[in-house]
Amino acid sequence: MSAAHPPAEHPHTSTGLDNAKLAMWAFLGSECLFFGSFISTYLLYRNVTGDGPTSADLYDIPYTSISSFVLLMSSLTMVLALSSVQNGDRRAMRIWLMATAFLGLTFIGGQVFEFTTFVEEGLTLSTSAFGSSFFVLTGFHGAHVTIGILMLLGLTVMSSFGRLGPDDSRPVEVVGLYWHFVDIVWIVIFTVIYLIPSG
Amino acid sequence: MATAVAPQQGGLFARPTAKTGWWSWMTTVDHKKIGILYGVTAFFFFIVGGVEALLIRAQLATPNGEVLSPAVYNQLFTMHGLTMIFFVVIPMGTALMNFLLPLMIGARDVAFPRLNAFSYWVFLSAGLFMYSAFLLGGAPDGGWFGYAPLSLDPVTDGMTYYSLGLQIAGIASLAGAINFIVTIINMRAPGMTLMRMPVFVWMTLITSFLLLFAVPVIGVALWELMFDRLFGANFFDPAAGADPLLWQHLFWLFGHPEVYIMILPAMGIVSEVLPAFSRKPLFGYPAIVFSGAAIAFMGWGVWAHHMFAAGLGPVANSAFALSTMFIAVPTGVKIFNWIGTIWGGSVRLTTPFLFSAGFVSMFIIGGLSGVTHSIVPHDAQQTDTYYVVGHLHYVLFGGSIFGLFSGIYYWWPKVFGRLLSEKIGKFHFLLMLVGFNLTFMPFHILGLLGMPRRQYYFPANRGFEVWNLLASIGAFTIAVSILVFLYNVAVSRKKGEAAGADPWDARTLEWMTTSPPPEHNFDAIPVVRHRDDFWYRKYITTPEGESARVFAGGAASDEEQHSSEAASDEPPSSSAEGASDREPNTAGAAPPESSSEERPHAGASAEEQGHGIHLPSPSYFPLLTAAGMPVIGYGFIYSPILLAAGAVMLLVGAFGWVLEPPAEEA
Amino acid sequence: MAAFALSACSTDTPQSVLQPQGEFARKADALWDITFAIAIAVFVVVQGLLLYAIFRYRHKPGREAAQFHGNTRLEIAMTIIPALILLGLAVPTVATVFDLAAEPTGADVIHISVEGRQFWWRYDYTDLDIVTANELHIPTGQPIDLSIEGYDVNHSFWVPRLGGTQDVVPGRTSRLTLEADDPGTYLGQCKEFCGLSHSNMNLRVIAHDPGDFEQWVSDQQEPAAAPSDSLAAEGAELFVNGAADAQFAGGPSCASCHAIEGLDGAVGIIGPNLTHFAARNTFAGAIFQNNESNLRAWLANPPERKPGSQMPNLQLTTGQIDALVAYLQTLE
Repeated sequence: MSAAHPPAEHPHTSTGLDNAKLAMWAFLGSECLFFGSFISTYLLYRNVTGDGPTSADLYDIPYTSISSFVLLMSSLTMVLALSSVQNGDRRAMRIWLMATAFLGLTFIGGQVFEFTTFVEEGLTLSTSAFGSSFFVLTGFHGAHVTIGILMLLGLTVMSSFGRLGPDDSRPVEVVGLYWHFVDIVWIVIFTVIYLIPSG
Repeated sequence: MATAVAPQQGGLFARPTAKTGWWSWMTTVDHKKIGILYGVTAFFFFIVGGVEALLIRAQLATPNGEVLSPAVYNQLFTMHGLTMIFFVVIPMGTALMNFLLPLMIGARDVAFPRLNAFSYWVFLSAGLFMYSAFLLGGAPDGGWFGYAPLSLDPVTDGMTYYSLGLQIAGIASLAGAINFIVTIINMRAPGMTLMRMPVFVWMTLITSFLLLFAVPVIGVALWELMFDRLFGANFFDPAAGADPLLWQHLFWLFGHPEVYIMILPAMGIVSEVLPAFSRKPLFGYPAIVFSGAAIAFMGWGVWAHHMFAAGLGPVANSAFALSTMFIAVPTGVKIFNWIGTIWGGSVRLTTPFLFSAGFVSMFIIGGLSGVTHSIVPHDAQQTDTYYVVGHLHYVLFGGSIFGLFSGIYYWWPKVFGRLLSEKIGKFHFLLMLVGFNLTFMPFHILGLLGMPRRQYYFPANRGFEVWNLLASIGAFTIAVSILVFLYNVAVSRKKGEAAGADPWDARTLEWMTTSPPPEHNFDAIPVVRHRDDFWYRKYITTPEGESARVFAGGAASDEEQHSSEAASDEPPSSSAEGASDREPNTAGAAPPESSSEERPHAGASAEEQGHGIHLPSPSYFPLLTAAGMPVIGYGFIYSPILLAAGAVMLLVGAFGWVLEPPAEEA
Repeated sequence: MAAFALSACSTDTPQSVLQPQGEFARKADALWDITFAIAIAVFVVVQGLLLYAIFRYRHKPGREAAQFHGNTRLEIAMTIIPALILLGLAVPTVATVFDLAAEPTGADVIHISVEGRQFWWRYDYTDLDIVTANELHIPTGQPIDLSIEGYDVNHSFWVPRLGGTQDVVPGRTSRLTLEADDPGTYLGQCKEFCGLSHSNMNLRVIAHDPGDFEQWVSDQQEPAAAPSDSLAAEGAELFVNGAADAQFAGGPSCASCHAIEGLDGAVGIIGPNLTHFAARNTFAGAIFQNNESNLRAWLANPPERKPGSQMPNLQLTTGQIDALVAYLQTLE
């Protein structure tokens, strides 16, 4: 009986899709509307700067491009982590997971630095509608990255203690979906906020 | 099975084992128990919201009423709306979904049992959090749609509770929606194709998708409100150049799908009850399913009809008028299909049937008054008057609440094993129908006579007196009808007739198992070959189009017989399904015998589909994680220490969740 | 349903949308009449079918339910017929929407800027140099162009018998056209929940024959006359200077919030302009008759009379109230 069926970590489903993966896809669908609404708010307010600084006064596009590149690279390391575990190399997987977390952390560090600079230049949450929408949109993205980092570290630790179950690849894949989504959202945010000039 | 050999962790992360008593309820991950928790809690809030309504009607029974101060009145009407929408209608639907969904699709539980428990505890926390505001300086008082910039008014923390409380409630809805979506897509019994699913399951799926996409939109609006109120952001403050219409757009972009989130489950219930008591298949099943999907789809394109008076301009107003009119088409399709279901049947006028018929009847009125809103120039007259209040109660009370009561009466015997009294139930129905119309029909008239909503008193000599008095009498009549229901419940608990597995001679899988169902739902997972599979296990359709009872205890030979007969009246797509290949040799034609000794391997069929009857163990962590949320909420308002404490609870809960010994849950 | 027809005939309903008194309300009402008739017809047919089906097919011994699953042709018809009815409604609706949105043009159109504030209405006749509150005076038989301005929170301007609603949204200007056929007083109310005294934010439109309106305009354009008797003069003094240093015991003097043309120093812009206060029938969001006893009660404690009132309790003495009331009553 049991021999014929691999352990029930992958229970049979009606569609053959894994439950956790399907749930993550659904959640990410919801997240699209979440970020979409914040991005809409930003687009509505990007020129409502009042007496405060404007985006042209503040944005340092080369700097943010580099931190965006770092985040983008973390998607690559995430792919490598997944492919390692699928090849059965858990040690390599843990290394790549740590690398991904490290790149994410670098991005967050960059964001913290950017926020501090903006505050010094006179843009805070309460300066203007532009300030509110900028900080809250990018802040929520940062929070998503942070949660992602926690999950990556969690995976790494659990894997070291052999607590990911007999097959590590599934949780890694699910967290990977989340991580890639957060990266893609950043591409959209970066394009909308930094690259499209405000009028 | 893997779970049998999984390392059992002791100590800190050991899973609770209580099967009875308080702890079993606090730690349960059984969808049936969670469903009951949802139902009881939602009913409790129904009483609370009802008492609020009675206070409002007491104040408005006579001109210049002095029962309530304006400040209290504003809190009461706001909390009445929030309670009935977020803490009654939605969770009462969720209660039925929770209990029934796995039973209806032939599953042992939902896809994520612990997430399910988490949803419930988060929902409960959100409700208690909101209500605690009454004790902590004042409840939300800006109306349920909390228009900015009034909602930024810093006099009390009420609207901060609103922003945080609804945010928490949204998390519960979102988690529930994801869970149901995965359950329906992935956990169906063999042969349960999408187009064989009961309509209630379909409506649950559609509702869950609506929640999935609508909750984040209001989530964003609520975060923005919270940042404005607590951290001096400028999302809605016109003094800083912000546009208060942003709130209205975000709110109604959520708010209108929300209306369908509240009505579609009730439509699903009605689509189960009417066929059962007409003893006929649902008329136009595909049309009912697709019109439900169409309503959900179009529901995203009508939000600005809540803003016809906001000055969006004639082009936008015309566009939204058209979309609003045409969403009436799929709604009309459903009504005709329900009438078609009754047509030609053999109708038993039971309490559940009466409530469903009441739903259809009241919903016709609510739907038609809805169409009058799309007449923009006249909507300008109706908007924000009692006419709108009348309309929305016809849809949400005459619609959703009647539908939910129909479901409660229909599935009560399944849930508790005893029937509710038909006699008392019919009296309840009659009283509620009369009280309801006495309350809300005058609302339409009041609106047309020019009474705006949200007035803490009404002046004399405007022609409002009679209608307000009637409405107040009606409201108290409804209250009496609810007492009658509670009496019915008490009588049933004490000496209700034992229900048996299938008291209504019903059609869907949940009636195949015992009442109440065993913890593992089905001893053997049924294999589904038809829409209304259970009916076709009991009856065959004769060539003359009538149904004849299959010999009791019918086994394989009867099954074969009816499948060949029934194939002709099923759509080809479903009869072409290869379910029979995987069919076991014994499908449970009769309610299965109890065979708990064999639980781990309940026969070949269960084994074959990979569903061992291993049930997920209870867990402390959904409760702990959920309890962190209101603590974080209080932290935002009162102190960073609480914020940190809540965050710690959340993190510990999440870690415990991940680290506790594995169960079958994915 | 019959109640609708009944109530439409009733005469004691001064705020009823079913008794339109101007072109703009009439157009909306005409649409309503069509829609309501169709709705009643649909209601009777569908409800009738439902009840008939339940009655006709109720269970009797020996009745077997016919086992059919649908009827494609019938279902298509049931989809198309409602769609056609709705299309029939859509055409006049959209036409009327654009019709009503058209801005009235012409040299004699009267433009009034309407501002909703917690909890009263401010009217600025921009071309006539008149600022008044709560009671909107208009000539009959001609469209009035209102521009609706936001101030503090959302409100909604609504005079049911003259037509339409326009939300007042802070930071935005919208417009609405009104017209009255006959002279008279038309009641209206703020319709968008705006706080504690939302219920107390009433308004009146007073329509005059064009000749009478001219007279009203020229009266309003006069500055306030200087008070002749000594008590009223004392009131004027208190109005501007308060008890001492432009203060009363409970707050600043009247003039810091209220303006009176012709009274030096009375230029406040927060509260209603009181230049011709005594000519108004009502005050404070049009909820009190403008008479001495109401005025005294109001001045003694505004927030008690009207919850959430922006006018504080100034803790006036009886003597101060005597003088202020005497003065206010001279402001014809």
